Amino acid sequence: MISSWPLLSVITFLPLTGVLFLLLIRGNTESVAANARLVALWVSGFTFLLSLSLYFGFDAEMSGYQFEERADWISGSGISYHLGVDGISMPFILLSTFLTPLSILASWKSITHRVRDYMIAFLVLEVMMVGMFASLDMLMFYLFFEGVLIPMFIIIGVWGGAERVYAAFKFFLYTLLGSVLMLVCMLVMYHLAGTTDIPALAEFTFSPELQFWLFLGFFASFAVKVPMWPVHTWLPDAHVQAPTAGSMILAGVLLKMGGYGFIRFSLPMFPDASEYFAPFIFVLSIVAVIYTSLVALAQSDMKKLIAYSSVAHMGFVTIGIFTLTEQGIAGAMFQMISHGLVSAALFFCVGVVYDRLHTREISAYGGVVDAMPRYAAFFMFMMLASVGLPGTSGFVGEMLVLVGAWEASHWVAIFAATGLILGACYMLWLYRRVVFGRAEKPEVLEMAGLDRREVMIFVPLTILVLWFGVYPSTLLDVMAYSVSDILAQLAPELSVQTVMR
Amino acid sequence: MFYQAIVFLPLLGAIAAGLFSLRQQNAAAIAVSVSGVVLSFLLSLFAFSHIAMGGNTEIVSVARWINSGTFEANWQLRFDTLTAVMLIVVTGVSSCVHIYSVGYMHHDKAIARFMAYLSLFTFAMLMLVTADNLVQLFFGWEGVGVASYLLIGFWYHKESAHTAAMKAFVVNRVGDFGFILGILAIFTLTGSVSFDAIFANSASYQDAVISFSGITLPALEVVSILLFIGAMGKSAQLGLHTWLPDAMEGPTPVSALIHAATMVTAGVFLVCRMSPIIEYAPVALDVITIVGASTAIFAATVGMTQFDIKRVIAYSTCSQLGYMFFAAGVSAYPAAMFHLTTHAFFKALLFLGAGSVIHALSDEQDLRHMGGIWRKVPVTYTMMWVGSLALAGFPFFAGFYSKDMILEAAYGAHTSVGMFAFWLGCAAALLTAFYSWRLLILAFHGQPRASEEVMSHVHESPNVMTLPLVPLAIGAIFAGWAGYELFVGHDMAAFWGDSIFILPSHTAMEAAHHVPLWVKLLPIILATSGVLGAYIAYVKMPHLPGKIAEVSGGLYRFLFNKWYFDELYDRIFVRPAVVFGGWLWKRGDKGTIDHFGPDGLSALVGRVSARLVHIQTGYVYHYAFAMMIGVVILLSWYFSGFGR
Repeated sequence: MISSWPLLSVITFLPLTGVLFLLLIRGNTESVAANARLVALWVSGFTFLLSLSLYFGFDAEMSGYQFEERADWISGSGISYHLGVDGISMPFILLSTFLTPLSILASWKSITHRVRDYMIAFLVLEVMMVGMFASLDMLMFYLFFEGVLIPMFIIIGVWGGAERVYAAFKFFLYTLLGSVLMLVCMLVMYHLAGTTDIPALAEFTFSPELQFWLFLGFFASFAVKVPMWPVHTWLPDAHVQAPTAGSMILAGVLLKMGGYGFIRFSLPMFPDASEYFAPFIFVLSIVAVIYTSLVALAQSDMKKLIAYSSVAHMGFVTIGIFTLTEQGIAGAMFQMISHGLVSAALFFCVGVVYDRLHTREISAYGGVVDAMPRYAAFFMFMMLASVGLPGTSGFVGEMLVLVGAWEASHWVAIFAATGLILGACYMLWLYRRVVFGRAEKPEVLEMAGLDRREVMIFVPLTILVLWFGVYPSTLLDVMAYSVSDILAQLAPELSVQTVMR
Repeated sequence: MFYQAIVFLPLLGAIAAGLFSLRQQNAAAIAVSVSGVVLSFLLSLFAFSHIAMGGNTEIVSVARWINSGTFEANWQLRFDTLTAVMLIVVTGVSSCVHIYSVGYMHHDKAIARFMAYLSLFTFAMLMLVTADNLVQLFFGWEGVGVASYLLIGFWYHKESAHTAAMKAFVVNRVGDFGFILGILAIFTLTGSVSFDAIFANSASYQDAVISFSGITLPALEVVSILLFIGAMGKSAQLGLHTWLPDAMEGPTPVSALIHAATMVTAGVFLVCRMSPIIEYAPVALDVITIVGASTAIFAATVGMTQFDIKRVIAYSTCSQLGYMFFAAGVSAYPAAMFHLTTHAFFKALLFLGAGSVIHALSDEQDLRHMGGIWRKVPVTYTMMWVGSLALAGFPFFAGFYSKDMILEAAYGAHTSVGMFAFWLGCAAALLTAFYSWRLLILAFHGQPRASEEVMSHVHESPNVMTLPLVPLAIGAIFAGWAGYELFVGHDMAAFWGDSIFILPSHTAMEAAHHVPLWVKLLPIILATSGVLGAYIAYVKMPHLPGKIAEVSGGLYRFLFNKWYFDELYDRIFVRPAVVFGGWLWKRGDKGTIDHFGPDGLSALVGRVSARLVHIQTGYVYHYAFAMMIGVVILLSWYFSGFGR
C-alpha cells in the first residue's frame, strides 16, 4: 500500500521544523530557554498526535508493510528511500513519539543551561528514533541507527553528571565496536543481494555458512544495544551520568533498538543461524537475568539499581525472540513496549527526588512517603509493574515470553522465572528503603510534593501501563499478523525441527 | 450484570474510597467501601442459592485479555459450587471486617486509605475465586498478594511493618515461581489454560511425560507439585510459612480477613479447584498430605510457646491450614472446603476478639502483660470462648464437625500416609486445645499484669466493633451443624456437582463415615486433655511452665525460636544473595568485564578520554553539523566503492 501523502516522512521529519524554530529564537538567555522549552514541547506533542494516525489507520488484519513510501535514491543501485511500518515497528514509533514530549516535560526545570541546544538534541534524537523504526532500507536504517547515538552521546556528555566523560566514552567504545562489524556485514549482504531493501533482503536466501558470520556481525551490534550480558557495563554508567530525560529515552527507546534489530534482521534474514545460535542466546540471557538481578541487589545508587534491572528485563526480551515461537516473539515485543513505559517512569521517579535532594544514594532517603504521598503512590504502581504484577503491562510480556520459553526448553523457562523472585527482591527493597520508614532527615521532610507538571508526566504513563495490562489486545492484535509473517519466513527452515517434535 | 456486580462492586468501592482518601473525606470513603462489600455479600447469597443449592454453573464473559496464537486467557467469571462457597466466605467475612474496621481504625487519619485497600483486597480475592482460567486465577492470586503487602505495611513508619510486608511478598513470589511454571506446563500439556478445556480430558494425560534434559517425569505429577508449591506460599505451609507470623504487623482486621479467613485459604481452594488434575497424581497427593500434616504439628508446637497474642493465633491458622491440606491430600476435598468455611468464621472471630483485647489494653499485644480483664470486657471474653471452643473442636461447635471429618477421612484413607496425617493431626488437636486455653487464661484471667494506667482504661469495645462479631459467632457455633449434610454428608454429591472431582477408587470421604468409635472419640478426649493441661499449667501450678521451659532448655528455645527457620533462611539465602551480588558487581562487572573491556581499551588508546573532555566545550549544532558532514562522507565513500 502506497499512501497518498507521505505520512511517515512527515512524522519522521516534523521535529526538524522545531529545530528550525529553535535556531531562529532570539533574545536574552532566559527568554530563549523559556521559548525553547515551549517550542520543543509543542512540536513533539504535535508529532505524537500525528503519529496516532498510524495506529488508527493501521489495518491489523493485513500482513506486510503499510504507509509505505518509496523513492529512488540512487537509481539503479538497489538503494532507495523506503519507509513503511508493520505491526512490529509501528508500536515502537508510537513509543518514541509518546516518550519524547514527556521527556521534554521532565527536563523542564532540571535543565537550566544551554536549554536551546538541549532541545535541539532531543528533537534530532526523535527524528533518528522514528526514522530508524520506519526505515525499510538497510542503508537508511544504518544511518538512523548510528545517528541516534550522536544526540544521546551529546546529551550525556554535555548535560550529564560528574563522570559523564567516562560514561560517554564507554558508551561510545562499545557501540563503535558493534557498528563496525554490522557495517561490514551489511556491505557483504549488499554485494550478494544487490539491494539494501529490507523486505527484499528478507526474501533473499543467504547460504547457511554465510548466515553464521552475518548473524555474528549483526549480533555484535544488537547485543550491545539490548544490552546483553557481558556487554552491558556501559548501561549503568550511562544512566547514572545521563540527565533524567536522557535516561528515560535511553531505557525507554534506545534499549529496544537491539531487540527490534533481532526481529527485523536476524530472524528473517538469517533463520538458520538464528536457530543455531538460540541456545547460546538463551544462556547469555539467563546469565543476564540472574547475574544482573543479584548485582542490582547490591547497589546503593537508585539509578544504577534500575539500570541493572533493565538489563535483567531485556534478558527476557532476548529469550522471547529466540524461542522462535509466536508467544515468545509477541511476548518479547510486548515486554519491550511495557519496559519502555515502566522504566521511563521509574527513571523519572529517581529524577523527581534527585531534583529535590541532588543525590541518588538510597541511604539519603527513607520516609519519602510522608512528604510526597502521591509520588509514593505512582512509584509503588510502577514498581509493581516492574516486578510483573498481573493487571499491569509488565505481566503480559513476561507471561508470554515464559510460555514460549517453556516450549523451547523447560530449563530456560525455569531459570528465567527465577527472575520473578529476584526482581521482587531488589525492587521492593529499593522501594522500602526510599519510601517507607519514618523520615528522620530534615531535608527529606521538607521535600515538596509533586507539582502539576510532574503529575502530568506520571498520569499518562500510569494509564497506559494499566491499560496494556488489562486489555493487552490493543497491542497484541496489531502485532499478531506481523509476528506470524516472521514465523512463516522461519517455517521452511524450522520444518525439520517441527517434525522431530 | 448480576454476577459481574458481585465481583466488581468492591472494586468500585475501592476506587471511590481511594479517591475520597485523597481529599480526606473519610466518612464518604467508609460509606462507599462498606456498602460495596455488603451489597456484594447480599448478591452472593442469591448466587449461592441459585448455583450451589440449584445445581447450576454459570460462565460469564467479561472481556478479552491475553491472546497470542493458541494462547488464550480471557477475563471470564466462573460460578460453580466451589466458587459459591468461597463467595459466601469472602464477602461475608469481608463485610464483618469492613464494619469492624470502622471502629477499630477510627483514630487513624488514614482510615480512608485503609478501607480502600480492604475493598481492593476483596475484589482481588473475588477475582481469584471466580476465575475461569489459571491466568486469571493468578491475577487474583497476585492481587491479593499486593493487597496483603499494602495492608501489612499499612503503618509504614514502623520498620517491622514494612519489613514484614516485603517478606510476605517475596516469600509468596517463591511460591508463585512454582505456580507460573505449573501454568506453563499445563498449557503445553493441554493446549489451554481454561478450566473446562484442561479438565475435559484430564484422564487422558495420565501417561504424558515432561522431560527435563533426559529425566522423564509424569506430566500430571509435575503439574500438580508445581501448583502445590504456589499453594504452599500463599497458604503458609511448612518451608514457605515464615511470612505469616510476621504479617501480624498489619492492623488486626487485616489479620482476621486476609491472614486467617480468606487469602491464606487460597492455596486450599486452588488444590480443590485443580482436583480433576491432582486426582491423577498419586505422588503429588502424598506430598500434599505429608506437607499438610507436618505443618499442622509444626505450627501447633510453636504456637504453644509464643507470647504475642496475634502470633499465637497466626500459628494456629498455619496449623489449621495444614489440616485442610492433608484432607485434600487424601482426596477428601469436601472436608477441606468444609473446614475452610467453618475456620473462616471462628478464626476471624478469634482475631477480631484479639483485636478487641488489644484495643482495650491500649495496643498491648504481649500475653505477659495482660490478664485479669475478663469482667471488664464481657462481650469480647464470650466471643473468644466461642471461637476457642470451635477451634478446639468441642462437640456441636463448628470445628467439631469439620476437624473430626478431616481426621476421620485421613484414617479412612487406609494408607500409610493417611495414618501419618491422622496421628500428627490428633497430636496437633491436643496442642490446639492447649494453646487456645493458654491464651484465654493468660489474656483474661489471673492477676492483672498491665500497668495501672492501662488497666484504668480497659473498656469494652464500641458496638460497631462488637456487633460484627455476632454473625461470626453464630457461624462459629452453627456452621458445622448446618453445613454438615451439604458439604460432607448425604447431599455431598449433589451439592458439589462437577466442581470437585474424586476418583472412584479414592474412598476416604466414604470411609470417613464408617470409622471405629475410638477414632471419633479420640479428638474430643485429646481436646479435653489439652484444656485440662492448660488449666493445670496456668491456673493451678503457674510456676510449672517456667520450670518446664528451664528443664527442657534446648527444646524450648527451639520451639520458641520457631525452629530457627528465619535464621536459617537469612544465612543461606538472604545474606549470601546480597554478598554474592556485591561480589559479582565488583569482581565481575568492574574487575573483569570493564577491566579487560572498555577500561583496558582506553588505557591502550592512551589519552583519548582526556581529549574527549573537549566535547563539552563546543556547541550542539557543531556536532549536528559534524554529524551531517559525516553522513555525507560516509555516503560518498559508500557509493564510490559499491554504487556502480
